[in-house]
Amino acid sequence: MPLAESLAREAPGPGGKPAEVPYAEKERLFAAVKADLRFEDYLYGCYECGICVAVCPSARFYDFSPRRIAQAVAREDVELVWEQMNGEIWECSQCFSCLRCPRKNNPGGIVTIMREVAVRNGLHSAQQALEGYSRIIYKIMSTGTQVSPDMIRPEAFPDWGPTARETAENLEVWRRAMPPETMHTTSTSWEVDDKTLTELYLIWHLTGVLDMIRTLDESLHMILVDVMEEKLEEAGYPLS
Amino acid sequence: MPINLPVIQPGTQARKGPFARRPEDAAESLRERTLELAERGEWIVQRVPEPHLEVPTRSSGVKRVPLGHTWHHKSCGQCGHIPGYSTAIFWLHRKLGLEYEDPRDQTSCTAWNYYASATANQAAQAAVALRNFAAAHQSGYYPLIHCATSYGHYKEVRAEMVHHKALRDQVREILKKMGKPLVMPEEIVHYSEWIYAVRHEIAKRKVVDLSGITATVHPACHYYKLVQEDAIYDPDVYGGHRTAIVTGVAQALGVTVGDYSTWFDCCGFGFRHILVQRDFSRSFAVQQKIEAMRDEVNPDVTLTHDTGCVTTLDKSQFAAQAHTGVKAAIPVLSEAQFCALAMGAHPYRVCQLHWHAADYRPLLEKMGIDWRERWREFEDDVARLKANPGTYLTWDDAG
Repeated sequence: MPLAESLAREAPGPGGKPAEVPYAEKERLFAAVKADLRFEDYLYGCYECGICVAVCPSARFYDFSPRRIAQAVAREDVELVWEQMNGEIWECSQCFSCLRCPRKNNPGGIVTIMREVAVRNGLHSAQQALEGYSRIIYKIMSTGTQVSPDMIRPEAFPDWGPTARETAENLEVWRRAMPPETMHTTSTSWEVDDKTLTELYLIWHLTGVLDMIRTLDESLHMILVDVMEEKLEEAGYPLS
Repeated sequence: MPINLPVIQPGTQARKGPFARRPEDAAESLRERTLELAERGEWIVQRVPEPHLEVPTRSSGVKRVPLGHTWHHKSCGQCGHIPGYSTAIFWLHRKLGLEYEDPRDQTSCTAWNYYASATANQAAQAAVALRNFAAAHQSGYYPLIHCATSYGHYKEVRAEMVHHKALRDQVREILKKMGKPLVMPEEIVHYSEWIYAVRHEIAKRKVVDLSGITATVHPACHYYKLVQEDAIYDPDVYGGHRTAIVTGVAQALGVTVGDYSTWFDCCGFGFRHILVQRDFSRSFAVQQKIEAMRDEVNPDVTLTHDTGCVTTLDKSQFAAQAHTGVKAAIPVLSEAQFCALAMGAHPYRVCQLHWHAADYRPLLEKMGIDWRERWREFEDDVARLKANPGTYLTWDDAG
């Protein structure tokens, strides 16, 4: 188990502060960010002009700055990158407004890579950021569609007004009252056939996505493995 | 006494004439690179079928947009929460007499989850995209992408697949296990590009007077900010400085399009945020977008072309009523729904407006659509369906 993962699972140190992580471990994580195939396409250098901050929605509401992300990785500031991977990267809206950068940097893309490394290494920040999100991960990974009609519940979306209640109350018949045949579903956005779903499972299995889930949520990982292994075996795909 | 400072010195006036980009600023042509890789036997390229139209792009090039024979890569958000969006796209095809395929062998692009949670990776995302492309190719129909995030992310995938042989080899091996070839479409086409291409045909079939309607447009970030060179830019729309999608369609329909200061801003969707940090999405949508539109334009409707944008801008307005004490109700529709309404589509059977939160009824009244009578018809449909389990509304019912 990588050191960062084992530290993430430890209780906080004295005074509730997180346990100290050795510099070498922070360097290892930064090296993983730089090793991503996309890294060289996402970072060219930074003028510090601030255009990315001016257009960034998250910069207006959080202590988040795409410029600071580009600067930290360009200067190879291992400590600051570690700090960002434990906090602000999760505030990025992934809108890619920052691609307005005159140097053609892609701070949103760098954040994507940093998030993936944080998840793969089981950083506590990733677990915290995704605590309320596992239900959605289960939905997409087990059904092949992600935003299902039955997710619209008044208790889940009280701030969406009376429409959420009316939709929930009439869900089944309102879905039948649609002309496209693929859209009469309530637990998936449209009807996905079984073979297609199995092929999706095969992709998750072969690309290591299930291992990423395990670092975040072992229970969710077990449920998904059960569902997928059965389907893959039935379809005759080798699991080893 | 006011000081009279000249802003422009004689002889330094801005150059007149149509806007044109400098050739040296043109982005890499991923279409050309895609075709080169096909010649080297790296993959199959699915060519845009005839008939197609050519539309202008940001890089001063042209993009080929298929008219018919399209494979509809649906959107999890549209079909899940705003179903009238996809229904309207299909209805427009039917009314224009263009053949399409609504497949069951398509998964979500999974990009919402990818951007929100980082619990996928580059190879997984690329394999999902290429599996869907292979399914389209096997059907013989050409993929038309409904969701702007799917579209933008697939263009990211295309760039990564073009640039990295190792990724191509990995994805080819995965697809081989399921008996599928590695196929890249010649162009990655968003449904709003198709609507832009056929906008004059839609305008010809308009049955509603829209001359009194003012609209604002919210362009989707993932449509024109991600891998941006082949997004549609038309010199006749904002001088080619902003994407022409949606705006060009509204203008073709005779709608007045109002400009506003936060046009470039994101809607505030945020992927993870819309579901687990909704205070951010709600605040951004209302304060940065809806209130700016209201104060600067006061439109009858705001039109957009993506799932996340419709969801965020539409659903966020209810809570704003408590925040401001003023009903900030700007109806939010996709241009597909708006075009369908303009061509006489039923607001409930086709456009499914009852799934929307912001009050759209004043807009329908201004368009001369009797929403009370249409709702009564829909309630009759619902009563009939309730009395007959296992039955569905059909395209014949929808008109």
